[in-house]
Amino acid sequence: MRLEPIANPTVTRTLSLPLLALTVTVFVASFLAMLAGANPFSVLGLIIDGAVGSKFAALETLNRATPLIFTGLAVAVAFRARLWNIGAEAQLYAGAVITVLLGTGALAWPSGLLLPTIAICAMLAGALVLLLPAYLKTRFGVDEVVTTLLFNFVVLLLVSMLLEGVLKDPMGMGWPKSARLIPEARLPRIVEGLRLHWGFGLAIVSAAVVWMIQTRTTLGYEMRAVGLNQKAALFAGIPVNTVLIKTALLSGGLAALAGFSEVAGLKGNLTLDLSPGFGYTGIIVAMLAFLNPIGVVVSALFVAGIFVGADSMSRAADVPTYIADIMLATALLLMVLAIMLTRFRIVRE
Amino acid sequence: MTKQSEAQVVLRLDRITKTFGALVANDAVSLDLHKGEVIALLGENGAGKTTLMNILFGHYTADTGSVEVFGQELPPGNPRAALAAGVGMVHQHFTLADNMTVLENIVLGTQPLWRLGFDRSAARARIIKLSGDFGLTVHPDARVGALSVGERQRVEILKALYRDARILILDEPTAVLTPQETDDLFATMRKAVDLGLSVVFISHKLHEVMAISSRVLVLRHGRLVAEVLTEETDRHALATLMVGEEVTPPKVAESTTGPALMRLQNVSTADQGSAPGLKSLSLDLRAGQIIGLAGVSGNGQSALADMIGGLTTPLSGTIALENSEPVNWNPRTAVSAGIARIPEDRHKTGTIADFDLTENAILENYSEAPYSRNGWMNWQKAEDFSKHIIDTYDVRCPGPQTRIRLLSGGNMQKLILGRVLEQSPRIILANQPVRGLDIGAVTYVHSRLLDARAGGAAVLLISEDLEEIMALSDVIHVISEGRLSPGFARGSKTAAELGVWMAGHGFDEEATNAA
Repeated sequence: MRLEPIANPTVTRTLSLPLLALTVTVFVASFLAMLAGANPFSVLGLIIDGAVGSKFAALETLNRATPLIFTGLAVAVAFRARLWNIGAEAQLYAGAVITVLLGTGALAWPSGLLLPTIAICAMLAGALVLLLPAYLKTRFGVDEVVTTLLFNFVVLLLVSMLLEGVLKDPMGMGWPKSARLIPEARLPRIVEGLRLHWGFGLAIVSAAVVWMIQTRTTLGYEMRAVGLNQKAALFAGIPVNTVLIKTALLSGGLAALAGFSEVAGLKGNLTLDLSPGFGYTGIIVAMLAFLNPIGVVVSALFVAGIFVGADSMSRAADVPTYIADIMLATALLLMVLAIMLTRFRIVRE
Repeated sequence: MTKQSEAQVVLRLDRITKTFGALVANDAVSLDLHKGEVIALLGENGAGKTTLMNILFGHYTADTGSVEVFGQELPPGNPRAALAAGVGMVHQHFTLADNMTVLENIVLGTQPLWRLGFDRSAARARIIKLSGDFGLTVHPDARVGALSVGERQRVEILKALYRDARILILDEPTAVLTPQETDDLFATMRKAVDLGLSVVFISHKLHEVMAISSRVLVLRHGRLVAEVLTEETDRHALATLMVGEEVTPPKVAESTTGPALMRLQNVSTADQGSAPGLKSLSLDLRAGQIIGLAGVSGNGQSALADMIGGLTTPLSGTIALENSEPVNWNPRTAVSAGIARIPEDRHKTGTIADFDLTENAILENYSEAPYSRNGWMNWQKAEDFSKHIIDTYDVRCPGPQTRIRLLSGGNMQKLILGRVLEQSPRIILANQPVRGLDIGAVTYVHSRLLDARAGGAAVLLISEDLEEIMALSDVIHVISEGRLSPGFARGSKTAAELGVWMAGHGFDEEATNAA
């Protein structure tokens, strides 16, 4: 057996295979719910209801999607240039630390000045965290998969040290958490009274900006060329290493915005459980979106919907929340397979 | 004719058809091979020669049709059965283990896995006997990694003979050989035929087909279009059969040579793995002149092309452009210095397969106006440029938004030609510009290079095809192990004389004379 490329895949093929992947995913989840003792036919309904069934549920899904859009964009940007950034988690925490450093009273500025300053500084911090692995890759050929992955643990331990030390809230009863942000440093809600903050708006804008960069700018052209064929890019005179460094800065900055938005928009302070793996889930989000920045928004909403919906389903049907993780993993694997099969057909020799 | 039809049929392909998707690689192709003859399978790249032989050897399964060896039908898709039936195949790309000796390579796969040791002296005796019988001189204990390409090919042939092959299939065997090595190979083929073996010789080189075969089968677009006796045909007739229309090679007009546009002086570069770097090479590229660089592949051609193209800088020696030395030598400065670069590998280096024609058309100039201003792309201008190339250079494609991977090699090459020639280059670096192209595209590329020469450009033509070099070049240099021969004016050397240089002789004498 071997794979044969399809020159022009039909629209039916491109749409039906991913849909089939989703259907199978739901079947797998239903089967697991059945093993856990729930009614398998109610699972899908409960998940949808829990994700978008009420205003509260829908807003919760949007809130959950916000950091995933940022980390998904960070991964999509990097992977597009074949820079394997597995360290969005570390960059997210770098952004969160900066937000807390500047937002807890160090700068007593009005909101309109303070929030952009914090956002930009957070992006710089995230960019710096990815700069070192990118430099090691371009200068010495060190595999960035290893370095960025290990940085996640280094940064998380560093955050832990800070929360036990200089950043520890003096009024926090000894818990490892930071002081709360001053009101000027909080991202306001989009609609007063509803639990959805402007971090979501920033995420949508970021997706649009990334899309513009990739399709309209010279840097975007360079990034795509380097990602598709580094040898040809070098031959043509594209400064490959410079492009990789710029990609790293953009990617790290985007991931850091996830930390900024979670702290300034949702939590109001920094704890060690700020991110339940948003950096890693960003990889799934980006892959499901075929690395397309607009697609990242859609797939982040989808992934967030599964998380929120499965949470609610597990409460309603009394099954473990791990089903959500299994659903995501199944969705990813099947989706990758579906994407491959839209471009290739299997031929028996 | 009668003699042949009486001889035993050792191999019969019966109406073989094979399709890959929409492409019909072989369309009901039948052939008979008799005992003790050499038949040539002639066709352009992509005509289906290699597919047909891969079906015979069991690498592919035919959609319909059958293969008979010595009257027995071969089970499809089983290379072991083909080997056991006495079919030996020498591929274009060798399948030898570099870190093992000749003897070990030959014996590899003939010994059962579970036996510890084998009768080395018997194997050696047999190899030496075969070497003598077939004129395949090679030392059984030499490490394959240390052998030349020609010697490796002999090992491949010995490997087939060691397995008692009665039918030898040689797939484009001369592509990597010097003219002398080609003669040696032909001598081996004649000995094999005298000993009762049969040979299928796959080639697209007409003079070789004329020299060695007794019958020629011409494939075109997967169909067998002609079967002729070699003694009853000539090169021109074969070329017409192969292409399907009359072929007229471009005429080389007189041209006046101008000043040196690029001077390389005593340039040396680092070795790249087993590929030699340049060894103190000096060369002037002059306006209105085509310099042909002949040589067996892997003798420093890439090192020279990479350096002129800006991908590497010399370890020592100087590059000068019309008496000024470029400061920061890289691909971008090379392009802006007016060097048109046609790379050796148009699929992997020259283009980005998943970019469309427009994105590929601006690959070398994307960062300049009008395509890029203040960091923003002007895709309208880029598309205008790619449409201009498509029209001017006759690139056959559905449109500028087609991904370039869907284009044929010839059309891809036309896009690259347009990309570089539209910049009015002063120097043209053409590295294997027609490899793998059909004759129509070859003629087109050659006439464009001759036009550029007439327009006062300096052209460096690198090719492994000596005929191409001799047809186009005003001056021919031979490169061997990174050393450059003196320049030979058009017509002053025969192919055989150049072949001596290609084999690495002549350089030492020159050094001795100089000393």
